[in-house]
Parts: sequence; C-alpha cells; structure tokens
Amino acid sequence: MSEPELNTKDATPSSTPDDLNKAAFEVIGQPRRRVDGRSKVLGQTPFADDLKLPRMLHMRLLRSPYPHARIRGIDTSRAERADGVKLVLTGADLPIPYGILPVSQDEHPLCPDVVRFVGDPVAAVVADTEEQAQAALRSIEVDYEVLTTIASAEEALEVHEPQIHRYAQSGNIHKRVALEFGDVPEALDGADHVFEDVFFYQGNTHLPIEQHASLAALDPDGKLAIWSSTQTPHYLHKALAKALEFPAHKIRVIACPNGGGFGGKSDPFNHEVVACKAALVLGRPVKVCLNREEVFYCHRGRHPVLMRFRTGVKQDGTIVGMDLETLLDGGAYGSYGVASTFYTGALQTVTYEIPRYRFRAARAFTNKPPCGPKRGHGTVQPRFGQEIQLDKIAVALGKDPAELRLQQLVKDDSLTANYLSISKIGLRQCIEKVVEGSDWKRRWGKLPEGRGLGLACSSYLSGAGLPIYWNKMPHSGVQLRIDRMGAVTAFCGATEIGQGSDDVLAGCVAEVLGLDPHDIHLRTGATDITPIDLGSYSSRVTLMMGNAAIEAAERARSTIAAAVAEKLSVPKGRLVFAERRVFDSADPEQGMSFQEAVILAEAKFGTLGSVGSYTPPVSPARFKGGGVGPSPTYSYSAAVVEVEVDPLTGWLHVHKVWIGHDIGRALNPVLVRGQVEGSVYMGLGEGLMEEQTFRRLPPKLSHAAVHKFPSLLEYKSPTALDMPEVVTYLIEEPDPRGPFGAKEVGQGPLLPIMPAIANAVFDAVGVRVDETPISPEKILAALDLKAKGKPARTGPKGFPTIEWPEPFKVAPPWEGGDGRADDDPKAQRRAISEVRS
Amino acid sequence: MTEEIAGDQKVMGRFRVNGDEHHVAYAPHKTLLEVLREDLDLPGTKHGCELGECGACAVLVDGVPTLSCLLLGLEATEREVLTVEGLADDARLHPLQAAFADLGGSQCGYCTPGVLVTAKALLDETPKPTREQIQEALAGNLCRCTGYLQIFEAVEAAAEECAP
Repeated sequence: MSEPELNTKDATPSSTPDDLNKAAFEVIGQPRRRVDGRSKVLGQTPFADDLKLPRMLHMRLLRSPYPHARIRGIDTSRAERADGVKLVLTGADLPIPYGILPVSQDEHPLCPDVVRFVGDPVAAVVADTEEQAQAALRSIEVDYEVLTTIASAEEALEVHEPQIHRYAQSGNIHKRVALEFGDVPEALDGADHVFEDVFFYQGNTHLPIEQHASLAALDPDGKLAIWSSTQTPHYLHKALAKALEFPAHKIRVIACPNGGGFGGKSDPFNHEVVACKAALVLGRPVKVCLNREEVFYCHRGRHPVLMRFRTGVKQDGTIVGMDLETLLDGGAYGSYGVASTFYTGALQTVTYEIPRYRFRAARAFTNKPPCGPKRGHGTVQPRFGQEIQLDKIAVALGKDPAELRLQQLVKDDSLTANYLSISKIGLRQCIEKVVEGSDWKRRWGKLPEGRGLGLACSSYLSGAGLPIYWNKMPHSGVQLRIDRMGAVTAFCGATEIGQGSDDVLAGCVAEVLGLDPHDIHLRTGATDITPIDLGSYSSRVTLMMGNAAIEAAERARSTIAAAVAEKLSVPKGRLVFAERRVFDSADPEQGMSFQEAVILAEAKFGTLGSVGSYTPPVSPARFKGGGVGPSPTYSYSAAVVEVEVDPLTGWLHVHKVWIGHDIGRALNPVLVRGQVEGSVYMGLGEGLMEEQTFRRLPPKLSHAAVHKFPSLLEYKSPTALDMPEVVTYLIEEPDPRGPFGAKEVGQGPLLPIMPAIANAVFDAVGVRVDETPISPEKILAALDLKAKGKPARTGPKGFPTIEWPEPFKVAPPWEGGDGRADDDPKAQRRAISEVRS
Repeated sequence: MTEEIAGDQKVMGRFRVNGDEHHVAYAPHKTLLEVLREDLDLPGTKHGCELGECGACAVLVDGVPTLSCLLLGLEATEREVLTVEGLADDARLHPLQAAFADLGGSQCGYCTPGVLVTAKALLDETPKPTREQIQEALAGNLCRCTGYLQIFEAVEAAAEECAP
C-alpha cells in the first residue's frame, strides 16, 4: 500500500564520483533498524523529565495574565515563607537579556518591567515538590498597569504607541526588508498577463508530545550543568553564558533526546535560564517541566503571514517576473523572526525560473506568544501562495498545472535571480512520478463534481548556509575514538529529536569503516564532550554532520590502512573495509578482523582518534539580507492530493496523497520514508485544521488577547483515523554536495501538501480557499458565493499599504550582476575603478 | 498506615506492575501516572498533557488500555498494571517492539510506550486486526512524528509474527 517505490537510477558517472555508486554500499541505502530503535521501544530513551538527581528541587513559573502590562511592583514575601519553598526569583535577579539572534536580544528570563503576552513569566518559585512550588505561586502579588494590547499585524501597522519593543524599526514594526533582483515593474509591464493574488497563512504550533523539561545542577566541581529538551545545545550554551554572566567554558549543556521538536525547541528558553540560576544560587539540582498550556505559550511556531503575489507571465505561462509582499505577525519577541522574515521570500526562486524578482516583507510585534521556526521555517507560507497562484494561472491559460511547472524548472548547477546556488534538482522526476501515480493526465479536471486532484511542488534547504551568529568556524564537527577492543565511539554535538540524527552518524561512520551501525558507540549533544554542531534545525544535520562524519571516518580508515598495508605488504589503496574486516581487494582471503587492524595501528601510531568537520561553501549572495536562503543544496518535493468535498456541508476528506521527494540518496530508507510521511501528516494538519488563534476578552474582562485553545483536545491535530493512504516515491539522484549524495528530508515534503489540498478543492467544486486552514465553513462560504454568481473564493480581502523602504537592488546573474547590491560601496568603488581603467 | 512527610499525607499501597509486587508509600492525590514515574521508578510511561488528551500515558489495567493520568493511584492498587517496561520477555523484545523498531513505528519515541501497550491490548483481543481496527484502536494516541502509517504497518507485522 504505502511501500516506497525506490527510483534506483544512478547518477551519470560524469557528474558524481564513483563512490556514489549504490552497489558499493553495505550500510547506506539499506532499510534497517535505527540504532536507537531498541531504546525507544523499551521506553528507555532518557527524556529530560525522566531524569532525577539526589536532593533535586522543583520549579514553577508565575505567568502574566495580561497580554501587555507594566509591572509596577511585585511582592514575593508570602511565597518565600510558604511550605517547602527554597527560593523565589523575579526579573530583578536576572537583568541581562538574551535571544537566539544577535540582532534581537530582547528576552528576559523573567520579565523585569513589562509583560508582552499572556504567559510571559514574571517570577519563579523553587520548592521541595512541584505542588508546593505551584501553591506558592498563588501567593505572589504582582501590581500590573495594563497597556494597550496589539492583537494582529494589521493593528501593529496602525498602533505605534505603546511600542512593544523600543528597538523596533518603527512603531510596532519589528523589521522591514526590501530586495529587488532586476527591474520587476518593467518585467510586469512587459508581461502578457499579470496575476495578482492575496493569501493568508494562519499561525499554528509544533505540538511535540513531549512538554519542554530541563534539569539544572551545580556540578560538585563548581561547573554548571543542564539537561534539557533542546534542539540547539550550542546556542543554549551561549545564551546561558550571557544571561547568567557565567564563564562559557564552565557550562555543559546536555541535549536530551527530544520527544519531538519540529523547531519548537530551537530557542534558548526562559525556563532553562531560570532553572540554571536557581541551581547556581541553591547549589542543588532544579527540575522544571512545563505543562501543556505553557508549551502553547513557549510557541515559536508558524508565523501568521498575509501575502500578495503579483506574477507576470507570457501567453504560454512562462514567468517573467514576480513581486512578492509579506506581512508577518511575529508575536511578542524577536526569536528567529528576522530570519523568518527573509525566509518568506528567500526560496520562491529555487523551483521555477524567475528572471526578475522583488521581495518586500515586514514583521510586526503583537501581544501574543512569539512566533519562530516551525518545520519549513518561513518558506511554507509563501509556498502556499505561490503554488495556488500557479494553479490559477494554469487554469486561466488553459494549461495543465503539471506541464506549466515542468516547462520552467530551474536547472542543475545554476544560480537563481537572488544568487542561490542550485546543485542537483530532482523536481522533474518528482512531478513525473506523482503525475503517473495519480493518473493525473486522465483524471485532473475530469473527476465527478465533489471529487478533485491538486498538485503542488516545493523545495527546502539542506541546512542553512550561514550560522546564526557570524563566524568562520565549522558548522559541524565529528570526533572518533578507536581502541584495541575494536570499539569505535563517535562524538558529535548534533541532537536527536526523533529524526534519526544518531542513526545518520552511526551509518556514515560504519559505512566508511566497514562496520555495522549498531557496533558504533555514540555520544551526542553534550557540549562538554562532543565537538560543536549547530543544532537540529534548518534540515542541516544529515548533510553537515554526515559530511563531517565521513571526513573523520576516512581519516581514521587511512591511519588504520597504513598499518595494515605495511603488515600485508599490499598497497594501501587496495585495502577494503567491509564486514568488520580489512582485506586486500585483489585477494579477499588476505586480511584481518577490524579489531586486529586497529591493534596494528594503535601499536604503530599510538592512541587512535580522528576528527572531521564541515563548513558550507561560501554563498555567491553578497548583498545585505543574502545570508538567509543559501544552502549547500536543496531538496525538492511534488505532491498530488485527492479530495472529496461534500457540497452540502463543505466537509473535506483527503482520500490519498502521492508524494515524490528528491532525497539525493536515502541513507536509511525506513527513516526517510518516515520523514516524508510525517511531513505529509503535519502538512495535512496545517492544511485542514491546525490553527494557533486568539480571542479578545470583553473590555470589562481586561480585553486581553487569550489563546483560543491551549490544549491538545481543542487544538485539533490529525489522529490515526484521519490519516489517508500515502504513496511515497523517493527520487535518488545523488548530490555531490551531500554525504553519499544525500539531501534533507525532514521539512521539504511538508510544503506542497497545503497548496495541493487547496488546488484539489478547486478541482472538486470550483472554489478557491486562499487561506489556511481549509475548513468546511470556508469551503461552504465560497460555495455560497459561487451559487450567487460571485467570485467563488474565501480568503483575505486585500493587502494593507506598507511604507516600504527603497529595495536593495541586485542585478541577477544574467543581467551582469555579481551578487552585490548596486549601492554596495564596494561595488561602487569597483565600478569606479573599472571606469578609470 | 500513614506518615506525614513535608506536609504531604502519604499512604501505603500495594501495586502489581509488570508482574512485580510493590508496597510503597505514596501521596493519595497522585495519579497512577505519577505513582509509576515518581514512586515506582518506572519512567517509561510518558505524559503529554495530564488531561487525558494525548494517550502518551496509556497503560493496561487488567488488560484494558487506560490513561494513567486520569486514574488515581488509589484506584489501581491490587489490579494488574502493565507498562512498556513489562512488554519485553526478559531481554527479548515483544514482537510489537521489534516491529516498531525495525519498521519506523517509533521516531522520537515519546508516544511509543502508550502506543505499544494500546496495540498489545488490541492484538490480545483481535489477533488479526484490519487496518481500520488498528486505526480505531490507536485513535486516542497522538503521534506528531510518523504520520501513523509506519505504526499501522508495524502492528500488522507484529500480528503476523504473533499468529500461531
């Protein structure tokens, strides 16, 4: 039913090295049990809240009931005297701000003067038991002066005072960006048709089943330790050092396996900093575990985004230019928001050729939980709009939407208008597979009323090309220790969040050294013992850690091979490492066990170890803002979704999904398929039902903006009963930039699902729903309009007027550009010197 | 028999978990979930909401899938409780565990303990379940990673393995 159909087409020898030949692999490409599979099914995976230490205390946070208020005073005296209470902390105890991005250090562990959303923490109580800490919270008295609430991005454009943050670019607009690649107005003027569409993508949240938890302790030697459900131990490490003014070299952060992340555990969190502070003050371990409501307040989920696309095409549908504007509702803090803002325009160009492109975006501060990175970070929303608009263009021009896309795909080894470097693009095969599988050509546009097919495509990064803070060091490091017992231990700072990063690490090392992945000992995500890896975000781990692991393993193999070659008197290059042996390829009997080989090497060279690291290639994008979007390579996906719509109720049922994903190389096909199907599932949730929305209480009840449904019951997500059949096609065209040719898979396959649903609804009943979630009432509203002869569409009415800054103008590569903005002083100097010469 | 500890009344209770007898002091307001994790040192059972919404805390009580966050420890004394820690036959994985590990039924592993015991109850009752019966049985166990399909396939593979 849902077996993946593996496309085993090998790359042409001219474009990829011989060692990418699939037949050469013993581990890579084989479906197998993940290395941490046994621990997970035994319930023995140590999640953060499973940990206990002697003399451990428990912490709870007091959170603001107001979305926006000034703290006039706070009285903790009763709480300090309460049963079992050991410590009460307030904002005054932790005055130093922090934040994930250097440009938005706007969070405090506990709010010192202003609260900015319902759920912002103002005090912490540490007690013998969680119940005592919770009880003591109720006796803390906070005197709030309520401030005006800014509840939406549109409101933020209008209401300049009070400012949620003083550092905002203007009023409550956190950040505006504008980039232009070639003269877009000119391109649109010259187009045969210009399509203008407005879309809205609703916010939603990660909803990991594990609630965030942390355990902080002062080590007996005076160092600080924290075990936490974090995707980014290195960035947490940096934030702790800053916010606590504690020497970075005396902190160790241990990222526990995450019980689901999806981007929601990528920020340094206030509860982590406060637990560490309490452990430092008390000299005892302090545990904090958020309840489900608090997880909704942590958020950092999908930004609600309003967007307008103006796309110019020729008569045959070929795109000549695109003008995109986006407005992001950022919530109360910066988080990854500046990056998210750029991401709403970064990847429009990597699927279809867009010769000229203008992108302008604004992120607003609002009094709601902060938005941040969720699976597909910032690129999901504009992809929704772009793929629906392409469907509209195809219908308007009488073209097959699949053909419209195929006729203008980006090419291998090319640069886009915004200077993203494309390596291999497997999108054509993805489209062809889902078109064939769904019998698209025979069925699209021809199914009975109420039944429809929709197609959409997407692309995603295989790791962000730039780190979050500027530096020239590697993005991932792997260290190996190998000893006379034949034991290999791999160390890496990467974080296992369920995606299988441990399995990738063991798989890559085992392949190179001829071992079984389950032979390898792993130590990951612990900043005191593992080389730095930047974290499990931006789909970067497989590519970056994988390349680092291969380098480390190849160095170790070379050392061992030197000793074996001497012993066997054969050239080093003839030695093969396979099946836990090292042998002469010309005479396989001539060889020894891996352990015997290691003993030779240890005797010859001393204690054995090796390191490997990975740094992404330098991006040709050299304009301001060009740091968001570059990646070593991009994955591609295409999906066809089949739906049934009940015209009486608007009820939407997804029958089947066909998805093709350009994975480059499936390192472990079981896990790859799991990532594809998990992405499809999450896309269905976002497309059909999930929404992080708020309502205003009546003015007499504080007029606060409160979360509509901060619980797992009311925040609807798909259950086992909702999951349709999924046919997965893995397109394997090895990418020379990926480890054994692999690209990312954790995020990309989510992106085409929501627009494919919208396009299928149109095919089924002829109405457009230009916003998420695509709920029955929206379909019904559009059907009512259709019945009245009005435009059959539900969606945002328009896009507000925003005072855009003058864009940075960058000439595309095919118009003589060199990746710099026209007004870049260096470019001007160079132009002047060229004129003089 | 009661004793006063830090203002918290504890009572003694007998629990039968995974075939073991436990005689422990516990706070009577605690849920079975809390007793398992905090008093019996069995952290395999997870929590995702403590409101009966996610299914992560499912255990079998007298063979019936039960949300341990909605049951007081008091109500579970003297009854047979099975948690994920009791699924394996000594060091040998239960066929459901082996199938989940081999076939991608567990990604982050957080919902897995609840899913596994719920699936075991299904197979005990219905050795050859249809896909629809599996979906029905697991409808109360939220999983955010897998998209459920590899879970269904793992249950089907285990049913095949368990079949006489």
